[in-house]
Amino acid sequence: MSVAKTGRRGWAVRVTAATGAALLLAGCASDNGSGSGGSAPDKFSLLTPAENAIIRDELTALSKNQCATAEKALPLSSETVAQSDVVQKITLLASQDALPVMFVAGTAQVKPTGDLGKGKLIVDYEQTLKDLGVWDDILPAAASTVKSAYGSMASLPFQYNIEGVFYNKKIFADNGVQPPQTWDDLVAAAQKFKGAGVVPITEAGSQGWPITRLIGMYIFRSLGPDAMTAIQKGEAKLTDPQYVAAAKAVADLGTAGMFGEGITSRTTDAANAQFLNGQAAMMYNGSWFLANLNDPKQNKIGAENVGFIPFPNVAGGKGDSSQWPANAGAATALATKSYTPKVGDWLKCVAENYGSSVLQNQGVISGFRTNQQVSNVPPLTSQLQEIVSEASQTVLWFEALMDAKTTSDAQTNAALLLTGKMAPDKYMSTLQADLDQAR
Amino acid sequence: MQSVLGDKKAILILLGPALLVYTLVKLVPVFWSLGLTFYTGNPLSGFDFVGLDNFSRFAEDPQARSALWFTLKYAFVLSAGQIVLGYALALLYVFVLRRASTFVRTVVFFPTVLPTVAVALLFNSLFATGQRDGPVNSGLESVGLSAVDWFSTGTGTFVVAIVMELWRSMGFYAVLLYAGLVDIPEETLESARLEGATGWRLVRHVVLPLSLPVLLSSVIFSVNNTLKVFDTLLALNNGGPGGETTPLTLYMYRTVFNYADYGYGSTIAFVLTVMCLLVTLMVFRSARRDITRA
Repeated sequence: MSVAKTGRRGWAVRVTAATGAALLLAGCASDNGSGSGGSAPDKFSLLTPAENAIIRDELTALSKNQCATAEKALPLSSETVAQSDVVQKITLLASQDALPVMFVAGTAQVKPTGDLGKGKLIVDYEQTLKDLGVWDDILPAAASTVKSAYGSMASLPFQYNIEGVFYNKKIFADNGVQPPQTWDDLVAAAQKFKGAGVVPITEAGSQGWPITRLIGMYIFRSLGPDAMTAIQKGEAKLTDPQYVAAAKAVADLGTAGMFGEGITSRTTDAANAQFLNGQAAMMYNGSWFLANLNDPKQNKIGAENVGFIPFPNVAGGKGDSSQWPANAGAATALATKSYTPKVGDWLKCVAENYGSSVLQNQGVISGFRTNQQVSNVPPLTSQLQEIVSEASQTVLWFEALMDAKTTSDAQTNAALLLTGKMAPDKYMSTLQADLDQAR
Repeated sequence: MQSVLGDKKAILILLGPALLVYTLVKLVPVFWSLGLTFYTGNPLSGFDFVGLDNFSRFAEDPQARSALWFTLKYAFVLSAGQIVLGYALALLYVFVLRRASTFVRTVVFFPTVLPTVAVALLFNSLFATGQRDGPVNSGLESVGLSAVDWFSTGTGTFVVAIVMELWRSMGFYAVLLYAGLVDIPEETLESARLEGATGWRLVRHVVLPLSLPVLLSSVIFSVNNTLKVFDTLLALNNGGPGGETTPLTLYMYRTVFNYADYGYGSTIAFVLTVMCLLVTLMVFRSARRDITRA
């Protein structure tokens, strides 16, 4: 009896232990797959934001043409992630040692002080491209923008965007208004348009960032291009009167109804449509908007009717409208562990061909040199491309040097600022408190 | 049977695997999360021990306080609405519609099966303003009132969220409470009627006390669900404008996954858990008192 008892007990213990072990193994095993789990990758895995297809579409196009050799040695395998999940996904993948070869990452993560930069998990493209002999294929202005935004060459300039005010030439002419040179001109023009029943300025208010861009640009125009660096270094505070004045200038536009009805819930598509259908006179936007502007199906006012001017000057300000706001798209990093000669072949091919290919196929301006002749570039695209090639000094955007929480608060609270529910000084003090907490 | 259940080994074999799975998927993460409240960082950057700093940070964090207050306000208003409307509907089914209630029950229950995100998008369009005015604002304008930008204010979004959730969930609570009401013996009601209790007096003195257990279950169910609201407010207006309709759950999610601060996020989760526990205990205690009184 006692033998049988012991046997049964032993069996029960074994079953329980086996179940536990199986569960633990299932739960804790990491997926090495195509990730950077130590060994050389068997494919060129690419993780890009679901909302922006430019990079994956262009790399796919290259893999069939100019980069066919690299593709044969290391096939491209593309995956997407929602922009809002990027930080979470990259944190988890990196902690499991399963990063894709090339991937989108959070701005704060790729900085030298960020989680990826600190751990040397991503390559410095400058050194890598120099070793490959293709560093000259990166435009100096684009390299400088990437370095000032991310602290090092942690990303490739797959897009090189400049931003400014797109305006409807016909609405301006009909109302006898000249493109604004100063902020006061812009406010006066907006008042005139409002009186005429036109939405003066449309923005995708639900996204937050188009509004914070206006605040940031006002700051750069009034305090000079180093205004946000001073905040990052702690030499100035967002609660200083000159910074609060920028939030107030934008808040005043909002409370005066210059953005039209429903600004806080207006989506990107709705805002774009408002401008492209001729219902709005102006829109602050980036060069990525060219894709919509050059599409006759979307652009009902005609590309020839669209003008582009820099963000206006602020009277008595230290900055000026020759300093273009620029960015190089979302941070797209390369995992150090995945870097092999085959990945190097891919990089070399991309550096040499991406610039002309993306301009030809998608009409997108990138920070890569255009090594091949590109035909049939639309006039508006040429105008912006010229600005990019001639820009001597660029500025970043409002949240460029901020951490994730401050960025999020800046964007989400923008709606309250526009409706007068949050005072400009309260808005800025909330952000300053976030910055202090992050230090 | 008794001999099987009296045998400790049999109990271990029968319950062991389930208990093990429960421990691994439920208790381990809960205690893991509790442990994280004393740290800051994330799996990538590593964790630093900070003692009780996360708790003092929570006490001083205006966004956390505002999220806590909003969560309580939302839970109280919505739970009250769900129970009152659900109970009223249940009474309607049992005493007015009687056997004909099947169709109405199905129709009112229907929104419960719809995905929250789809319902939120529907209500977003219903209450839209600007050039794509929704039916609500068009209706207001057609009767001479001015359109309201519902989603530009915390109060507006709160009102839409409450209306939406009531529409979505009242059918569920109506069915839950209906099940309790049909359990009341017909003889009891009949004798009460013979004693002269009709209408409100019948409900107040006979139906309500007899349906109290199921009513209290509904309250616990409702409060615990509404305290943990997440998808409704995320899909409706992204917890905005600003952080005005951000509940603790959404704030926790953002802290952990967007700001990569697992420690502080776990602290928020801990506060939420304690809150749910306290509310449940409070409801249980009041239930005991009420039943003795009844």
